[in-house]
Amino acid sequence: MYSSIIKKVLMALSGIFLMVFLLQHLAINLTSLFPDDGNTFNKISHFMGYNPLVQFVLQPILIFGVFFHFIMGFVLEYQNRKARISKYIYHKTRSSWVSKNMILSGLVILAFLALHFYDFWIPEMDYKYINFKQPDSLKYFHELQEKFYGQTTRTTIYCISFILLGLHLNHGLSSSFQSVGISNKKEKNLQRLAIIYSFIISFGFSFIAIYHYFVH
Amino acid sequence: MDLQLKIWRQKNKLNKGEIKNYSIKNIEPDMSFLEMLDILNQGLISSGEEPVAFDHDCREGICGACSLVINGAPHGPDKGTTTCQLHMRRFNDGDTIYIEPFRGNSFPVIKDLVVDRSAFDRIQQAGGYVSVNTSGNTVDANATPIPKPDADKAFEAAACIGCGACVAACKNSSAMLFVGAKVSQYAHLPQGKVEAKERVTNMVKQMDKEGFGNCTNTGACEAHCPKEISVENIANLNREYLLSKIK
Repeated sequence: MYSSIIKKVLMALSGIFLMVFLLQHLAINLTSLFPDDGNTFNKISHFMGYNPLVQFVLQPILIFGVFFHFIMGFVLEYQNRKARISKYIYHKTRSSWVSKNMILSGLVILAFLALHFYDFWIPEMDYKYINFKQPDSLKYFHELQEKFYGQTTRTTIYCISFILLGLHLNHGLSSSFQSVGISNKKEKNLQRLAIIYSFIISFGFSFIAIYHYFVH
Repeated sequence: MDLQLKIWRQKNKLNKGEIKNYSIKNIEPDMSFLEMLDILNQGLISSGEEPVAFDHDCREGICGACSLVINGAPHGPDKGTTTCQLHMRRFNDGDTIYIEPFRGNSFPVIKDLVVDRSAFDRIQQAGGYVSVNTSGNTVDANATPIPKPDADKAFEAAACIGCGACVAACKNSSAMLFVGAKVSQYAHLPQGKVEAKERVTNMVKQMDKEGFGNCTNTGACEAHCPKEISVENIANLNREYLLSKIK
């Protein structure tokens, strides 16, 4: 159907779309660190939760993007495994562990996403669209604290997932540049951008989780 | 030096192969790896056994015929060299060496360590050329001025010997580095611009038809390429392909 290059490009573009979303998600979550008892965080979260454009246009696009990226990842992995039925007895190539195991880090992220949906998204959908409760613009910060304050297991799982997410993003972003044909080996700035971006996401989300683990 | 060899033996395309153990003694450190296999084969022939089949031709790193995976690495442990340029001084007395063929569905094993790499020929035939008018009005290639940076890039890409180590190294058996090099070789030259769109479209189509895997940018192809062809050529291939769809 599609050529191998088109599939790579679609994978790259859906990945870049999700990376932009992650940056936006981190920016909103960082407001939970403001010393204003969660007022800013509550205001933005309420806006995101009840704005029709966000809820009925952007959210479905995001969910489609997530599904597309994962399904495409599985399709590519299946096709790639099929391309070498007869395996090596001994194969030791010079490439990074992360680049060879994107499907593994992707599966961890998928499992994490299920947990994250269970923690925040499903209760939110239940609150709004199943029980039809009145909007409460003050509940978001409280929910966040409830999930992390003193919750060692959840905080640890989140932090491990964020580290793997960072590794996945680092290879994913630099790989995306290559896939859409804008990579240039002599221009190391794109590689640096991938490292900086993945560090910001990984460290930023981990810091927020750890902060709320200790501070109430 | 004395060595233990674990070599893939396979009677033909249809048979299932297996690793067989061989002991070899008194190997000189200055012998090439292929000479070591020649000595092994001489011993096998003398004892009435079938010699190990392996590909070789120029034995000076130019033709790309030699194609062994040595201790898990295509063309062995040294960077930027072919199997025929590998010498036994790279190993120690008593070492065990695994020798396997290049693997991938698109490179089926013909016998022992010999694989069928005609898939590369078919990709090349699909567009890896420039059409030249030979009716008497042939223009001397040197008469067309080419900027030095472009000429250098084309020359670097043209260094690909089509050995298939990129496919053998890639966890997905992807041929993107080979196709990238062949497309880039012409894309950087004015002579190649005329057929650029057809070239990239047809070569990628043939590559997919041959059953090579998708590139996931692990960089193993570049790391194991005996001519150190850069993955920049893959980015160039992607760019050429996307532009061919837009134009």
